[in-house]
Amino acid sequence: MSTTINTSNSEQGPLWEVFIQSKPGQAYKHAGSIHAFDKEMAIENARDVYTRRNEGTSLWLVPSSEIVAVSSSESPSFFEPASDKIYRHPTFYNLPDGVKQM
Amino acid sequence: MKETLLDDATLLADFETKIEAETKIEPRDWMPEAYRKHLIRQISQHAHSEVIGMQPEGNWITRAPSLRSKKILLAKIQDEGGHGLYLYSAAETLGVSRDQYIQWLHEGKAKYASVFNYPTLNWADIGAIGWLVDGAAITNQVSLQRASYGPYSRAMVRICKEESFHQRQGYEIMWKMMEGTKDQQRMAQDAINRWWWPALMMFGPHDSDSAHTGNAMKWKIKRETNDRLREKFINKTVPQAELIGLKVPDSNLKVSGTDSFGEPTYEHSDIDWEEFWQVVNGNGPCNQQRLEHHIKAHEEGAWVRECASAFLNNSNSLKG
Repeated sequence: MSTTINTSNSEQGPLWEVFIQSKPGQAYKHAGSIHAFDKEMAIENARDVYTRRNEGTSLWLVPSSEIVAVSSSESPSFFEPASDKIYRHPTFYNLPDGVKQM
Repeated sequence: MKETLLDDATLLADFETKIEAETKIEPRDWMPEAYRKHLIRQISQHAHSEVIGMQPEGNWITRAPSLRSKKILLAKIQDEGGHGLYLYSAAETLGVSRDQYIQWLHEGKAKYASVFNYPTLNWADIGAIGWLVDGAAITNQVSLQRASYGPYSRAMVRICKEESFHQRQGYEIMWKMMEGTKDQQRMAQDAINRWWWPALMMFGPHDSDSAHTGNAMKWKIKRETNDRLREKFINKTVPQAELIGLKVPDSNLKVSGTDSFGEPTYEHSDIDWEEFWQVVNGNGPCNQQRLEHHIKAHEEGAWVRECASAFLNNSNSLKG
């Protein structure tokens, strides 16, 4: 995803991020980006560039400028609150012998 | 932002730790300027190659010998355009716009693979390109799937998934011609005679003469050296040629041993480096034609971009 350059005024149109759902029920996964001047063109360009072999049954297009992200230099402190709560994982707990499945 | 408080030495150490640990570098991460520059050069050259590579093949769309082969060729060329777009979008994450990359190409400041400066004289050349040129590109790209820069590596994964059809369709063309008339066999042999050496040149100079190999290997922008990849390609391709009765145009070619899988490895002549540098430096048979055609197509499409820009400004269609 390109967030470091301003592409909104260029003659190639704004940048959009492409997310593909490979099958109904699955999560949308980021595939890459494309340039397009409006929503319709974004969807059509994404279809032509990213789904020539039935890679997806659905697409999301999001203007790259609308993406909010955590940078990797911030990520250790940003996600730190989760790392000391090991009791949130089932493996934290002891179970008496004889419990077959839980 | 935290990174403004860190000095370059600390940032570089963090960067190199990540590279060492095979952690991908992402667009927002700190990276050495030389790493960014190398990626800008390598990815844009790769993108331009995909797009310029559409020209020699496009030359045969209207003259494909059957509807089947025409449909296949159209699909392949469309893929090449798509690969160019994947790569331009990966390259744009480095802070340079696609317009700028294309401008550098038109000004002769950016290069593309020299192999596309050779002409496609007949239908057998379409077979030779798919089999040999795409085959060489795949060898390189499989290795680049493990490149350290995330967007580049992901583009490579996507491209590799699509490339193997390209090589197979080319090999099928050659195979059919070798099963055909004497004239067809001569055409196929003539095509490998002309494309074999340019395909080997695609891997670039010897490692000892390559200006870019050192840092690229250290930072894992490239994962295998030019010479190593070239050997891999030769070892894979010679048996494919022999299987359909084609002779590799190298009088010094002979089996030198076997690899760890028991497959033969080969001894071969060196590349004509004089020819290599001539073509790299703009004196190949089609350098001028390829670039002029790209500039012409770009300029003739300007009105479409202008209309689309005007439409965007008038309708505010991002929100529409």
